[in-house]
Amino acid sequence: MRNKRIRVHVRFFAAPREALGMGEIEIELPAGTTVGELIGRLTEMYPVLQPYTRFLSVAVNRAYVGIQTELRDGDEVACLPPVGGG
Amino acid sequence: MSVDWYIGTEMKPMELFEITTEEISVDEVVGRLAEPAIGAVVTFVGLVRGETDGREVRCLEYEAYPEMAEETLRQIGDEIRARWETIRKVVIIHRVGRLQVGEIAVVIALSAAHRQDTFDALRYAIDRLKEIVPLWKKEVWADGAEWRSEQDPHLP
Repeated sequence: MRNKRIRVHVRFFAAPREALGMGEIEIELPAGTTVGELIGRLTEMYPVLQPYTRFLSVAVNRAYVGIQTELRDGDEVACLPPVGGG
Repeated sequence: MSVDWYIGTEMKPMELFEITTEEISVDEVVGRLAEPAIGAVVTFVGLVRGETDGREVRCLEYEAYPEMAEETLRQIGDEIRARWETIRKVVIIHRVGRLQVGEIAVVIALSAAHRQDTFDALRYAIDRLKEIVPLWKKEVWADGAEWRSEQDPHLP
């Protein structure tokens, strides 16, 4: 159980997407990983995200969530910089 | 501007909340509200402005998380009808991609039997859109470009 892994699909938009040079990645994580831990992990993997992470909102499966939310296998996680439509 | 009634049941129901890459027609959007019970339609039309903070804007590039954006637009429609029982229908269409100065970026239209509440509901719709819908705009000037959000003007 401890060694169980999950895979999530992560999407990026706007400024962090451009900084990263790609719009999506698949990432494997230990089961029980939270949204906050994922953001920390992504920042380690891609230091270029660092200036953006403290402004990010996160959506899991298209709904805004808090950083304590535990991820599940197959989740779609979206990293959303401050929005600005209209 | 007139509202054309659509008659018959075979027509596909029209989408009321949409992210599109196509040019937006205000008349066509207002037409999506058509039904005999309405006596008032109010619209907000958001255009690409040619300057921001005294700087000349060449064009805007809008980006969306389209699946979630359409869901949050629908959520705004639900919130409006829960808050103002007099509002019958809400339609919100937002365009994405590269837009030139003067082009329509967003149209919000809502209908009711009478005009009361419509103006408050319309303001609520555009304020809420700017607050929760995953849409972003990049201003492109002659000498650079920047992603802009009213929520955080200090984003690097």
